Amino acid sequence: MTIQSIDTSPLRRRHEDRAGAMPGQRLTAMGRDVLSRYGLLVGFLVLWQVSAKTGWVNPSIFPPLDAIAAALWKALASGRLVGDVAISLQRSGIAFGAAVVIGIPLGLFMGQIRSVERALDPILQLFRQTSALALYPVFILLLGLGETSKIFVIFWATLFPILLATIGGVKEVDAKLIEMARTFGASRLTVFRRVVLPASVPAIVVGLRLSATTALLLLIAAEMIGANKGLGFQVMNAQYNFQIPLMFGAIFLLAALGLTANAVLVTLQRRLCRWSEVTR
Amino acid sequence: MSVVETTRRGEVAIRGLSKSFALNGQRLNVLRDLRLDIRSGEILAIVGPSGCGKTTLLRILAGLEVPDTGEVLIDDTPVHGVGTERAIIFQEPRLLPWLTVLGNVAFGLDVRGDARTYAEEKARHYIRLVGLTDFENAYPRQLSGGMAQRVGIARALTVQPEILLLDEPLGALDAMTKITMQEELGRIWREEKVTMILVTHDLEEAIYLADRVLVMPKERGASIRSIDIDLNRPRDRSENRFVRQRKALLHDFGLH
Ligand SMILES: Nc1ncnc2c1ncn2[C@@H]1O[C@H](COP(=O)(O)OP(=O)(O)OP(=O)(O)O)[C@@H](O)[C@H]1O
Ligand SMILES: [Mg+2]
Repeated sequence: MTIQSIDTSPLRRRHEDRAGAMPGQRLTAMGRDVLSRYGLLVGFLVLWQVSAKTGWVNPSIFPPLDAIAAALWKALASGRLVGDVAISLQRSGIAFGAAVVIGIPLGLFMGQIRSVERALDPILQLFRQTSALALYPVFILLLGLGETSKIFVIFWATLFPILLATIGGVKEVDAKLIEMARTFGASRLTVFRRVVLPASVPAIVVGLRLSATTALLLLIAAEMIGANKGLGFQVMNAQYNFQIPLMFGAIFLLAALGLTANAVLVTLQRRLCRWSEVTR
Repeated sequence: MSVVETTRRGEVAIRGLSKSFALNGQRLNVLRDLRLDIRSGEILAIVGPSGCGKTTLLRILAGLEVPDTGEVLIDDTPVHGVGTERAIIFQEPRLLPWLTVLGNVAFGLDVRGDARTYAEEKARHYIRLVGLTDFENAYPRQLSGGMAQRVGIARALTVQPEILLLDEPLGALDAMTKITMQEELGRIWREEKVTMILVTHDLEEAIYLADRVLVMPKERGASIRSIDIDLNRPRDRSENRFVRQRKALLHDFGLH
């Protein structure tokens, strides 16, 4: 259908261009690419390691990277952290999934019908501007301190970026394209499927990326406030017990989680939005 | 072919058409009591200064705009909204940026629910006609303005309408491509006997293609005249009679 027919040739062609270059040139070019992109990051890590080892910084607060890696490895290998990762993924996954499943269809519907959108916009703006974290006590009051309130607060915070991005995407669709489709006898449903939906995809994906970031943010906050499991809890707990390498290990794990989620969504964006010039 | 055409196709009757717009709190009369009959299979060119209402007229014929008074009959049936027996080529290409040239040209048939292979086969035929075979898999952003416009033309041709409404379709093309496309339009017209209503700023194009040229005046309410072009086809732009027609038309505009 529509999404599938969003073809892929321009990027493929770019790959072919690269493959055509000399292998030696290609390697140096790639090396320069990697250096300019990751050079600073590597420098930062090296500085960290050296400062911790030489005692420029207090190693009990900034332990060397190898100690952090060792602590992390031990926690993972013994299975201690695995359960926490799993439950954190589960919480954010369910919440994000629910936000996608509810936010996209609702946004598509609201964006299509002007009067609905107009009537709901003020309340949406109010909800969006009210920090989900500020509402967490309310959710706890209503849903208890268990899983439900945690998932709900993440869901709440992730719903709005998706919903608003989808509404915006639908509203921004070029009316001239819709008119064009109508002249070929397209029904409302066909116009929606063949014009409105594909045209809104880039905006929706931007909403998804925003939402994924928010999901992790809220996950940590929720787990720090009232949990006894999860990565956010482990960060707090390790700090409380002064297991600083483990604390940093958990933090790095969270960062890795965030990077992975973002990478997945960027790939999705590349696949779906190749036709639109602005891909970022 | 039978001598007596029992089913007339693509005959247009414009009956007392008026249209005005609200602009800055004032009413702007664009069309006033326009009456016109367009024969089946005729090419009518519409010329006139910018802002005189050419696009508005085409949009009413396409069913995208509702007239204040009067009506349009197509084969004796009043027009209410869009219809698949008509196709309009807009002043701008209006391509779907997420579809390739092939996808865009096949769009009209796709929307009607024709089989994909059939739609693509027909689309390829018209892509070839507009000279874009090598760009079949290109995306709209990879095309020049003139190429994009030709994709729009191919898209409208692919659905083989009875009436083709063209709003300055060749305006964005270079002189050479323009002449080729004019010849292609002439050929398509001969082959498919489609009624064409062609808005253009190019008098030569009007004389080359049209059976009749409608001159819309700048002063609103002034009478709209039409001039028959009695030249044999295929026409030759350098022929004396062609040049004389051109002069007469220029004279009509008050230019000598
Ligand atoms: N939707 C609208 N609302 C208000 N005014 C309009 C609208 N559409 C057209 N007009 C006005 O009607 C007049 C005729 O417009 P139209 O687009 O038909 O001109 P045109 O003859 O096609 O001009 P051009 O050759 O520049 O394309 C213009 O003065 C324009 O401002
Ligand atoms: Mg116009």
